[in-house]
Amino acid sequence: MKNMSEKSDQKPPASEAVASFDGGRTGVLSKLTNLIYTMPAIVPLFVLTLAVAIFGILLGDRFLSPFALTLILQQVAIIGIVAMAQSLVILTAGIDLSVGAVMILSSVVMGKFSVDLGLPQEIAIICGLLCGLICGLISGFLVAVVKLPPFIVTLGMWQIVLATVFLYSGSEVIRSQTIAAEAPLLQFFGKTVSIAGANFTYGVIFLLLLVAGLTYALGQTAWGRHVYAVGDDPAAAELAGVNVRKTLISVYALAGLICAFAGWVLIGRIGSVSPQSGQFANIESITAVVIGGISLFGGRGSVAGTLFGALIVGVFTLGLRLLGLDVQWTYLLIGLLIILAVGVDQRIRKASL
Amino acid sequence: MTKQTILSARGLVKRYGRVTALDRCDFDLYPGEVLAVIGDNGAGKSSMIKALSGAIQPDEGEILVEGKSVRFSSPIGAREYGIETVYQTLALSPALSIADNMFMGREIRKSGMMGRVFKQLDKARMRQLSREKLSELGLMTIQSIDQAVETLSGGQRQGVAVARAAAFGSRVIIMDEPTAALGVKESRKVLDLILTVKEKGMPIILISHNMPHVFEVADRIHIHRLGRRLCVVNPGDCKMSDAVALMTGAMSADEIGQSA
Repeated sequence: MKNMSEKSDQKPPASEAVASFDGGRTGVLSKLTNLIYTMPAIVPLFVLTLAVAIFGILLGDRFLSPFALTLILQQVAIIGIVAMAQSLVILTAGIDLSVGAVMILSSVVMGKFSVDLGLPQEIAIICGLLCGLICGLISGFLVAVVKLPPFIVTLGMWQIVLATVFLYSGSEVIRSQTIAAEAPLLQFFGKTVSIAGANFTYGVIFLLLLVAGLTYALGQTAWGRHVYAVGDDPAAAELAGVNVRKTLISVYALAGLICAFAGWVLIGRIGSVSPQSGQFANIESITAVVIGGISLFGGRGSVAGTLFGALIVGVFTLGLRLLGLDVQWTYLLIGLLIILAVGVDQRIRKASL
Repeated sequence: MTKQTILSARGLVKRYGRVTALDRCDFDLYPGEVLAVIGDNGAGKSSMIKALSGAIQPDEGEILVEGKSVRFSSPIGAREYGIETVYQTLALSPALSIADNMFMGREIRKSGMMGRVFKQLDKARMRQLSREKLSELGLMTIQSIDQAVETLSGGQRQGVAVARAAAFGSRVIIMDEPTAALGVKESRKVLDLILTVKEKGMPIILISHNMPHVFEVADRIHIHRLGRRLCVVNPGDCKMSDAVALMTGAMSADEIGQSA
């Protein structure tokens, strides 16, 4: 035991490096696993392509027309935008059940402020957006600082915000004609750009820009890396020097703001301001996120995947309707997809251990 | 001893309710050495290490970095003085890449417009620096610096955590039980890694329960008992069984003829 004088000679020779990286696994299957692992969005993209191809074969031009395909985009725009907010929160291993309620609150505030209070439409819109931001900040504060579970915080926020919507609006719809006359800017996202039969509403364009913007922010900035790190292991992120609290609050606040934009886009889509609309936005957004391959345990997945997830739901809905099938078949298939998606996620996690 | 200590502590006291975890504890680390800290469970060695790494704040006493008194309000605060800790849990984000992990919390942005306005990260530079740091420690990045950390073995992960700690102009690396979760072969690699870091001239504080490991790599052994430093022994002059006896109180510091 005393004979430790040789220890300085025990440095490993260069060839026997301390922890050299092994040469990659080979074989088609492991390569595929590796691809899915590095780009989880590839699975929903594959399912989406497959679904479009199958419905294309079954329905022909009725489905594979620029009109029908862009109709799908229009139909998923609202849920797609809300699902972007949901994606951010789920990436931090949280969940936001209040997204739909926040969206409706923002649209009601925009409508009531401009039509009932007679505020300039720009001011009304800013107030609506601020409303969403504040809701997000409250949830973020409760999750990050008070350290309550996100499920409980947003379950509570959902009830509170929805009750506020009904109390404030008296469950009254502001009609489309009234808005068009008094605050046309509220319907801004309903405007359409048409290219050869393909109709892109401004809402759709907003969704695509949002996906691009978030992809950049999550992949190319320190903030994005921190969002993933916090979702992966908050304790490790904290010790590594990430401000976990600030990151979480910023995520919930941004999610609230995105939901407020969804509320604005919603007015453009349905024309009116309706407190009853978008009741299932929270569940539908979670569905898109899960099918899109983002892990409910946080830290894994991409917003592009969520877009594909939302589109898969849209393709199934329109395709099955054009086939003349009962709408329940859509729910049945979506249900199967959700379970399949979570199954794939679990497999990836196991493979990585 | 007249040599300037790089990190030391004088009279640290930490109480948790009626329990005194640190009882006027002293500590000294000299440049370029591997100092092992051993002690029985509950002896207060982890409280001392936490105080030195900024994770807890002592009630009394002072911490000195190169002779100057400092106060750490958090691990980040300690890091600003170049005191890096490799936690037992490693504090890595498993799903992120090696490069992402190396620069977590201190990312490099691109220069110019893209960096200032759009906050774009300079990924190429971070990858290159990560690769350099890993090769400096003999961790060859044959496959990919973009590999997720969870695809690495336990020893490789330890390597990444150590490389991160050694990468940022640090003065001291604290390693908490680096071999506790590893098998024989992987432990061997981590011990070699410790010696490689030492050769770079970086002092290391090694907390370990594994006596053979401690006796192999340590230059001096700080034996902690009942909330304070009992003595410091030289692994060349002290038998492993004596160290254990000192640690558990079966032998007093006078008997070994060495004291703090």
